[in-house]
Amino acid sequence: MLRVIAKRIALVIPTLLGLSLLLFLWVRSLPGGPATALLGERATPDAIAEINETYGFNKPIVEQYFTYMQRLLTGDFGVSIETGRPVLQEFALRFPATIELTIVALIFAIGIGLPLGYVAAKYYGKAADHVSVVVSLIGITIPVFFLAFILKWVFAVQLGWFPPDGRQDSRIDATHFTGFWVLDGLLTGEYDAAWDAFTHLILPGIALGTIPLAIIVRITRASVLEVASADYVRTARAKGILERTIRDRFVLRNAMLPVVTTIGLQLGLLISGAVLTETVFAFSGIGRFLADAIFARDFPVLQGFILFIAVLYAIINLIVDLSYSLIDPRVRVQ
Amino acid sequence: MSVSLPPAGPTGLPGAPGTPTPPSGSAADHGSSLWGDAFARLRRNPQAIAGTIIVFLFVLVALLAPWLAPYGGEALPGQREIRPTVIPGIGEIAAYPLGLDRFGGDVLSKLIWGARASLVIGLVSTALGLAGGMLIGIIAGAFGGWVDNVLMRLVDILLSVPNLLLAVSIAAILGQGPLAIMIAIGASQVPIFARLLRSSMLQQRTADYVLAAQTLGLSRRTVTMSHVLPNSLGPVVVQGTLSLATAVIDAAALSFLGLGGGRPETAEWGRMLTYAQNELAIAPQLAFLPGICIAITALGFTLFGEALREALDPRGRR
Amino acid sequence: MFRVKSRGRGMTAAAIVVAGVVLLTGCVQSDRDGAATDTGDVDSTFVFAASSDPKSLDPAFASDGESFRVSRQIFEGLVGVEAGTADPAPLLAESWEQSDDGLSYTFTLKEDVTFHDGTDFNADAVCFNFDRWFNFTGVAQSPAVAYYYGSLFRAYADAPEGAVYDSCAVGDTEGEVTVNLALPFAGFIAALSLPAFAMQSPAALEEFAADEIGGSEEAPSLSEYAQGHPVGTGPFVFDSWEVGSQIELSAYADYWGEQGDVQSIIFRIIDDPQARRQSLEAGSIDGYDLVAPADTVALAADGFQIMPRDPFTILYLGINQAVPELQDVRVRQALSMAIDKQQLIDQTLPEGTQLATQFIPPVVAGYNEDVTTFEYDPEAAKALLAEAGYPEGFTLDFNYPTGVSRPYMPTPEEVFTNLSAQLSEIGITINPQPNAWSPDYLDRVQASTDHGIHLLGWTGDYNDTDNFVGVFFGDEKPEYGFNNPELFAALDEARGISNLEEQIPLYEDINQTIAEFIPAIPLAHPAPSLAFSKRVTSYPVSPVNDETFNRIELSE
Repeated sequence: MLRVIAKRIALVIPTLLGLSLLLFLWVRSLPGGPATALLGERATPDAIAEINETYGFNKPIVEQYFTYMQRLLTGDFGVSIETGRPVLQEFALRFPATIELTIVALIFAIGIGLPLGYVAAKYYGKAADHVSVVVSLIGITIPVFFLAFILKWVFAVQLGWFPPDGRQDSRIDATHFTGFWVLDGLLTGEYDAAWDAFTHLILPGIALGTIPLAIIVRITRASVLEVASADYVRTARAKGILERTIRDRFVLRNAMLPVVTTIGLQLGLLISGAVLTETVFAFSGIGRFLADAIFARDFPVLQGFILFIAVLYAIINLIVDLSYSLIDPRVRVQ
Repeated sequence: MSVSLPPAGPTGLPGAPGTPTPPSGSAADHGSSLWGDAFARLRRNPQAIAGTIIVFLFVLVALLAPWLAPYGGEALPGQREIRPTVIPGIGEIAAYPLGLDRFGGDVLSKLIWGARASLVIGLVSTALGLAGGMLIGIIAGAFGGWVDNVLMRLVDILLSVPNLLLAVSIAAILGQGPLAIMIAIGASQVPIFARLLRSSMLQQRTADYVLAAQTLGLSRRTVTMSHVLPNSLGPVVVQGTLSLATAVIDAAALSFLGLGGGRPETAEWGRMLTYAQNELAIAPQLAFLPGICIAITALGFTLFGEALREALDPRGRR
Repeated sequence: MFRVKSRGRGMTAAAIVVAGVVLLTGCVQSDRDGAATDTGDVDSTFVFAASSDPKSLDPAFASDGESFRVSRQIFEGLVGVEAGTADPAPLLAESWEQSDDGLSYTFTLKEDVTFHDGTDFNADAVCFNFDRWFNFTGVAQSPAVAYYYGSLFRAYADAPEGAVYDSCAVGDTEGEVTVNLALPFAGFIAALSLPAFAMQSPAALEEFAADEIGGSEEAPSLSEYAQGHPVGTGPFVFDSWEVGSQIELSAYADYWGEQGDVQSIIFRIIDDPQARRQSLEAGSIDGYDLVAPADTVALAADGFQIMPRDPFTILYLGINQAVPELQDVRVRQALSMAIDKQQLIDQTLPEGTQLATQFIPPVVAGYNEDVTTFEYDPEAAKALLAEAGYPEGFTLDFNYPTGVSRPYMPTPEEVFTNLSAQLSEIGITINPQPNAWSPDYLDRVQASTDHGIHLLGWTGDYNDTDNFVGVFFGDEKPEYGFNNPELFAALDEARGISNLEEQIPLYEDINQTIAEFIPAIPLAHPAPSLAFSKRVTSYPVSPVNDETFNRIELSE
């Protein structure tokens, strides 16, 4: 097992090295630099030249790459040009928010997607099937930011049921230390703060969760159908085992495997959606920060954040693969 | 927002499984039976019918835009009626049934022309993504060995970056403008197509019926052209249909993030939706109308693509 | 078999997590003091939406509006701003005198003022601040860091040629301090009203190593002071900064001036303009800045307060004379005459916007009432074009920014559509060149010659003519692509005069010269607005954003 893990990690490393080179080349091929973003109307050609010199952007590209790699290997991801804070610190500040949001989005997607997918499979080809599939598809075909706007407009502004922005009510006196504010509230016993932070997650969570929801509906439906027609289920049925037992012990359990895998692989999708959702709900996660960094030409942030996301993605992939081989002995990790 | 749906899986009714049936007979009649069968099953699927109707209407509107729309796509017939705080809405001025937009454009005309813009964006970016993916997939498949390894590693790297971020990154380099956006969306689809084509060809190449054909002494070219390619093409056609939907949604998202480029008054749904955010308080219809158009179109292509996927799935054939 | 096992594992894991959370609950110290209940009859917490995090809490190292909005609450300068105007007024200095040669300024300081850390504000503290700025080294001198000191005082101690600042001396009488300049600087007093030149506590600056910009030389990072320990004399004390979310300030108990209704301020960071409006409507914030023109009526109808600032802005249509057709002044006149500025204002700019005839707002010294103007006359414009050799017009690149809202231009796309329609009336074919504001647009317009006509503007920092016309036309720039030595010399001369009375006629002449030369077309002085919840009965609107929240009045 350990050898397998080691082998997988060894395979990830060249991918990350390749990505870091691609990122470096991409960032340097962006037109313009951070100077105008920093100075706005005040950016005279002299000031731009001076800023480029400050950050070393006037040095030969090969030299810049070696400096970058050297720092990277010592764990130095640089300092954000926009905020003047280390990239690692910026990531640590914002990532917990995105995780919290992602978890709520996944809970929403799984909580509704699984039953919907199961119902669709059970009533395959009937009205209930078509309705649940179409409903889930509508979820993914509405632009995320448009959905977020509608949710916010209806439930926060018009009805006032949920807070419209941020991660917590400004007026609440909450203690923060882990970066996960719901958890902070629970740990410190500030339950009102935890609840308030949770209510701030609901609308953005729904907006972000609709696409994974649709995917989970489809995958659940497909895999329930597949398992339900498998030989062992037919055998079980032929033996006269109770329909309920068949459903619980054979169909659902086995159908969950691909569903779990799919959920694990939704990270990229969720990050893409987070860029848009976080903007609408003024939610200070990594998505919006990353999108802003592109416009501000905040090179260190772009290089660092995308690399972190890729590493995470690789780790999640690894965990999914490994757990899969643990659960299902038929799968051999190559 | 980019979505690549997982395969929908088997379509046989529970308890009536379809077992993979190796196609037999001549190449010509094999091809027609696959697609003919698919067509027959599409006709029986209400989702497919709904999807087809939407796609058909959308294409019709897009093609007939010059005759259907009362005004040109970028014309501003009502410019004099606009004030910073006043925008005539639905039915307020007879000449503009769906009202005017912020710039004085006729909303109905712009929605109609917008269908054409969406069709162009969808087709061009999908074609670009497909072409790029095919190139990589075929090179990887043809050369094999380290070329295949390096290319697939590259595809892996690109797949590890969230799709929208990839499109944003590419758009940031290319600068703004309609073509840049289409290239960005297309390029962000390349790794998906490349991966799909390669794995699908690999799968087909080692399939039993291909081995059988090779054993029978058929030439490699015949096997590839009449067996491997037609069967590999199915998933690609499906992905192509789905990525038309993705492209329309992605274009709107890029617009929202400020990467749309082009003229602000361009008749394009994503653009209209983005600019309407400023006027949500006084003219919410400016956001809702293009938003609904985007959603319905994307839904149409997705339904159609999904139905096609099910129909083409060899396991579902009876 | 494995199924049962896996369920067992899952259950165990879940149980461990739950047990862990339960055990840890209450184990971590809550920082709540429990005494946060309000005593007054109004809710004294004021929540204002900021569009971004401040760049730095040390105003000497900031140049952006959001940093200054926060610093204005925490810090005060020697010179303040007359309420509701752009004119300098006494603040920490109660009065000042200028020497006859115009190079020395003696300030009489306000007494009994203490910094938030308890140390005294006195002449030593003033000199400490002036000397600190002058002695910035390395990265701190970059325009990305100490922008205002660098651009107004020109040079630093390590290479003092051309430096405006010379020295600072503590006066013989207590509470007097003299600042000596090496070069005349007429805008000196007005410039001191900028938050960048606010007085900071010497003790805190030293304790939290304000000048130690961390990181490497190529990647400067904020000092500890700038990240969380700003100490000034202002009405509010810094409490906390939750990066990306909010900044909290609370009233300074020993403030020398008046304490208002607001006892604590929360700057909540909401970067999307639509999100700010919706948050105000939903009641999670009390106010926000730069309301979109379209929102003002809808918000006012719902009972929200809209408060416009007096315009201290200029929106202009830049002309790039590197384009051959635009080198002919008749063509530039034709462009001016093709534009109906009033129609542009009515259709695209907020209420309160004033029509512009020159590049400074009327309240700035040197405003010329009798400046040459080109009235809207498309026929005459066509004739001029024909005279210049373009009877059929010509094709012209028109650059404009997208995805941005500036105080002088809330909706650039709308301004563009309006102007391009007007210009095509006289036969000019517009070739639209949209670019994202940052960095593409600014790079293209300011740093390259690859542009035709373009939209840009300016918000004045303080009441100084050079801060407008000098910035635009003081030397040869790729933005305008002309070289007019006489104009440059005239601006240089006016800048060097230390007496305001003598400056005024010079600037009036300069404004006339510019009006005839038409390096750009002044369009409007747009008025930016703020929006507030119903309970805000009074807010100290200021054309130069000198708005301290202790002057806010609340009704509930």
